[in-house]
Amino acid sequence: MQANIETGPGILDVIDLKTVFATREGHVHAVNGVSFYLKEGEVLGIVGESGSGKSVTMMSLLKLLPSPPAEITDGRVIFDGQDLLTLAPNELLGVRGRKIGFIFQDPMTSLNPVFTVGYQLIEPLRKHLGLSKAQARQRAGELLDLVGIPSAADRLKDFPHQFSGGMRQRVMIAIALSCDPKLLIADEPTTALDVTIQAQILELVRELRHKLGMGIIWITHDLGVVAGIADRVMVMYCGLVVEHGAVKDLYNSPKHPYTRALLESLPSLDSNRAERLNSISGQPPSLEAEPSSCPFAPRCPYVFDRCRVENPVIRAFNGGSEDRQVSHDVACWWDVDLGAPRHVD
Amino acid sequence: MSTNTTAVDLGQDREAAGEPLLQVENLKMHFPIYAGILRRQVGTIKAVDGISFDIRRGETLGLVGESGCGKTTAGRVILRLYDATGGRVVLDGVDIPSLSGEELRRIRPRMQMVFQDPHASLNPRMTVGSIISEPLDEHRQLSKRERRERVEELLGAVGLDPRFTNRYPHEFSGGQRQRIGIARALALNPDFIICDEPIAALDVSIQAQVINLLEDLQQQFGLTYLFISHDLSMIRHIADRVAVMYLGKIAELAPRDDLYGTPKHPYTQALLSAVPIPNPEIELARERILLQGDLPSPANPPDGCNFCTRCPVATDICHVEDPAWREIESGRYVACHHAV
Repeated sequence: MQANIETGPGILDVIDLKTVFATREGHVHAVNGVSFYLKEGEVLGIVGESGSGKSVTMMSLLKLLPSPPAEITDGRVIFDGQDLLTLAPNELLGVRGRKIGFIFQDPMTSLNPVFTVGYQLIEPLRKHLGLSKAQARQRAGELLDLVGIPSAADRLKDFPHQFSGGMRQRVMIAIALSCDPKLLIADEPTTALDVTIQAQILELVRELRHKLGMGIIWITHDLGVVAGIADRVMVMYCGLVVEHGAVKDLYNSPKHPYTRALLESLPSLDSNRAERLNSISGQPPSLEAEPSSCPFAPRCPYVFDRCRVENPVIRAFNGGSEDRQVSHDVACWWDVDLGAPRHVD
Repeated sequence: MSTNTTAVDLGQDREAAGEPLLQVENLKMHFPIYAGILRRQVGTIKAVDGISFDIRRGETLGLVGESGCGKTTAGRVILRLYDATGGRVVLDGVDIPSLSGEELRRIRPRMQMVFQDPHASLNPRMTVGSIISEPLDEHRQLSKRERRERVEELLGAVGLDPRFTNRYPHEFSGGQRQRIGIARALALNPDFIICDEPIAALDVSIQAQVINLLEDLQQQFGLTYLFISHDLSMIRHIADRVAVMYLGKIAELAPRDDLYGTPKHPYTQALLSAVPIPNPEIELARERILLQGDLPSPANPPDGCNFCTRCPVATDICHVEDPAWREIESGRYVACHHAV
């Protein structure tokens, strides 16, 4: 079984992942066949609105969702030569926190309020790396120092409530980094923070990334944050990847009408001020069933017959800039540049 | 009703005289901190500490700042949802903090608020119709039919189907709920609406819808907005003039293009440089001013300028003397010793 798994280009390979929630009102198809990869030392940005399935995708990778209601119905997650979805619970414990670090959105609720920050930092070090108490304490101090917390060693005995929001998020980052993971998943790590604090955290991550050379998956709804930090971007809508490409390609010439509309609906800080914002009419559809037609069709300005009957598969877009090493993929029947249907079968 | 018409007439006189609709002078809101068994007051949180500005008729003043800077408190004190510790709020010649009971009730219809969280600001047990007609019941004597017609008219104005009257808030999405909140704020034909982070809880694609609606309504009904937000790019879109708040005080107030083009206060400069721009090339080339540290506690603000602990250009005087609120160019106000 294990031998048959083809290793992709990177450290993480997600193939056709599907997650369904069984609720009393029926099934919710949150993730509908998501595939992506991550190379070593690379930052992948995942953008989408709430309900687009970006967080559920990442939680599914590590089976962090309670089951029931969540069920991973299909797909493979290949990390380090293993399919994470087939691992036994105790084997997974050795991956979570050790090889894959996770930063959650809300620094106010993701730290345990009744233990000191030091205790929470030392726990994974002792468990995963088998350090002695004294070694772990010293390493914990170094980690807090690394993420820029002043007088780090003294602050180990403080409780989370004694830290500000930005500082708590730094502690979360320190915990995620503690075992030197190969992959760091950051789920909206700066959404709950103010812009000036967000700028500090982004700077910190840019710095650490070069220092530690791990792969980072950065989930956000803020297109601005992704532009500044990611190498590649993936846009999600209704549990599907609708567009993927190198950051420059995607921002300079977005191919999916949804990506276009998202970028156009943002007021700008630097260019001319538009009299009126371009809004996307309507709202995302409910996910009671796996989409059988394009889920963006009801809101799409370019919609035509085929969109309403057939869901486009994501495929590499042919043409584009010459120095492209990363393919630019889009799931759309319409070619926005040509102004005509795309020639695909 | 007759008092109402005179108020409107007076308003028109003042309008002709070019007087602003709202004047805020040295407004302060301090909250006491109690501690110990005897609950003695051990300090004060200076949430709003002496802010002054005018809002002209029909304009939108943007109030930006980070969380905890006192912008929401400022909005609430202006509407007298809190009793101010000091200062004046004059709406169309009427000093709001000095009003009592019935007088205050009479002026309430003229000033309304749209709240931040559309999930928390609508009563889940009331239908949309009763939510929107509640202010009408309180302030207007309308027959049942007139009331129903008004509710339907308001629903139409905010772009919702008038047939939704009998539905409950949970049946609507976030953006639709915010429209209901806006309809409620419009019910009494106010002159002045405070929008307190009306789009912060909404998705990007829905934000633009609500902002466009607010702009249309402003045109249609001649509304004046105080738009409170932490989103600098959205403020740039919607506001005519912008005030930047920091730790209970206004750091800088200027017309929109001046503020974004040539920010004078070091805090404004840092804030603008920290906003991520959705363009990878600009992001790569950009120079950022990184502020060190966090916002100090408003219970224990630093001596001198309240920004001196994080300011990249602070000098000795900044740690000693609170900078005066001065007009450095016509219409541009800054509280900084070093701004020129």
